[in-house]
Amino acid sequence: MINLLLFPIIIPFFFAIVLLFFKEQVRIQRILTVIGLSASIASAFTLVMKVKQDGIQTLTLGSWPAPFGITMVSDMFSALLVTSTLVITLLVAIYSFSSIGEERERFFYYPAILFMITGVNGAFTTGDIFNMFVFFEVLLIASYLLIVLGGEKRQLRESIKYILVNVISSAFFVITVAYLYSIVGTLNMADIGQKIADIGQPGIVSVIGVLLLLVFGIKAGIFPLYFWMPGSYAAPPVPILALFGALLTKVGVYAITRTYTLFFVNDLAFTHTILMVLSLLTIVAGCIGALAYFDLKQIIIYNILIAIGVILFGVSMMNEAGMQGAVFYLIHDMLIKGALFLIIGIMIYVTGTSNLREMGGLIKTHAPLGWLFLIAAFGLAGIPPLSGFVGKLLIVQGGFEHGQLFGTIVILASSLVVLLSVIRIFIYAFWGEPVALQPTNRKTYKHMMFPAVILVALSVLYGVGTEWIFPYVSDAAHVLLDPSSYINAVLKE
Amino acid sequence: MELLMAIVAGILFTAAIYLILSRSLIKVILGTGLLSHGAHLFILTMGGLGGSAPPVLLDGVTEYADPLPQALILTAIVISFGVTAFILVLAYRTYAVHKTDDLNSMKGNDEHD
Repeated sequence: MINLLLFPIIIPFFFAIVLLFFKEQVRIQRILTVIGLSASIASAFTLVMKVKQDGIQTLTLGSWPAPFGITMVSDMFSALLVTSTLVITLLVAIYSFSSIGEERERFFYYPAILFMITGVNGAFTTGDIFNMFVFFEVLLIASYLLIVLGGEKRQLRESIKYILVNVISSAFFVITVAYLYSIVGTLNMADIGQKIADIGQPGIVSVIGVLLLLVFGIKAGIFPLYFWMPGSYAAPPVPILALFGALLTKVGVYAITRTYTLFFVNDLAFTHTILMVLSLLTIVAGCIGALAYFDLKQIIIYNILIAIGVILFGVSMMNEAGMQGAVFYLIHDMLIKGALFLIIGIMIYVTGTSNLREMGGLIKTHAPLGWLFLIAAFGLAGIPPLSGFVGKLLIVQGGFEHGQLFGTIVILASSLVVLLSVIRIFIYAFWGEPVALQPTNRKTYKHMMFPAVILVALSVLYGVGTEWIFPYVSDAAHVLLDPSSYINAVLKE
Repeated sequence: MELLMAIVAGILFTAAIYLILSRSLIKVILGTGLLSHGAHLFILTMGGLGGSAPPVLLDGVTEYADPLPQALILTAIVISFGVTAFILVLAYRTYAVHKTDDLNSMKGNDEHD
């Protein structure tokens, strides 16, 4: 029983409500957003320390005993994700001050971000499958507002598709919960895991597993359910794209990881083989997309797909190295994708286009931007000692230990494609003949650089400081691989 | 009774999928409405229809209807109500800007902006 794990959910929610009263005072909105997110980050770090010290933290709302009331559970995996979510959001919010435009700031941009973070952190923390649906809806409704904010022609067209896809996937979520409830008669995730283990996973439970993969796969963008993602994500402005790319897809990945390590662990040959095959196909699809486009946004969006495939491949191995790698890579990817989106946002601001063919010679005028991009690109591709390396190394190790030679080779080959796709950006945009640039404000440029530099520095620290971070990641992987520790923490309160 | 409700939910899903696959935006939205109706009915059915017993839990009472599915659909109905209202407004705005509600002509990519 501890209220601490609610703070990262409630503080953004509270500040979002307060912000609604300051619609016209953009300055107050900015200050309150930074204060709110900083307070949330402080509580999230306290939570990580608490979980590290005392193990899994649980809270049953309204003091209903565990399987009946709604339980909130914070294990190391969810605490780490909550913390990195808040850090990225704070930096994206600071980035938005100078790049999103006052028009959007007046139309509830910051409240929408904070409501979305409420949903994201809630989905990470909840221990009740229907409550997870509710938090998914909270974050989705806020994301509907964010994607359409501004009301440009293209945004309207793409948000219709985004919303329709997500409404249908939510309906599937409800149907899946209904199936699950009819079989195990409980909604508490720990209890579901225990009851499924008791009945030994008959065929219908595997059907539910596939249905859940469908629901969360649409959110995460796994093959073949990613069709909506490149179009919809490219429509809103870059800060919103950074939030979506860094956070929303990862909620889907988290949900898949949680359910596939807690519920469906008795028929690995069926469920996890499907997960592995789909993750490899996702990587291939992402590689094709990342090389096919000359649009900055599209290239990085397809790189999200590759990363999701790599993480889920690590999860589907279900051994220690694979799981540690997946957790490590998941957080690395949140940081580095956020950083890359912020950097390409600056490149688009400076050149006035997102088409690579119309860029060139930026290194002569914007050298720091070029080196920053190069560091982030190497981090994404996983060049040691940057952060992508350790995660991928562990996932590859897990793949070989599991005997998946072919899949592991696909993972390794995908690193090369990732490197090629981002180096292509570097060559086209930073080398060659300088092209005429947009007249830009040097001060805005500096304000935009600041959060991007911090985020890249964080990801470098995350890679260099692996030795220090690894105990936390290993704790997270340990709980994922040993569902009984999660179940005991929730039910034996 | 459960069987009948399952069939009704199935019919709702069929109609919903038919509407969602049409080209007109407004029909698609009506389809998502039917889809969530089907899902709600389905949740109620899957929880087991309790007959005439009241949904209360007292010591010694063994005959009672499960109150949880009703709480679930209440939540789900409110959410789908809000989302449908939002999507209708959005559809109207999209219609006003794009001058069409035909999804085929809304495919669009960067070249056709």
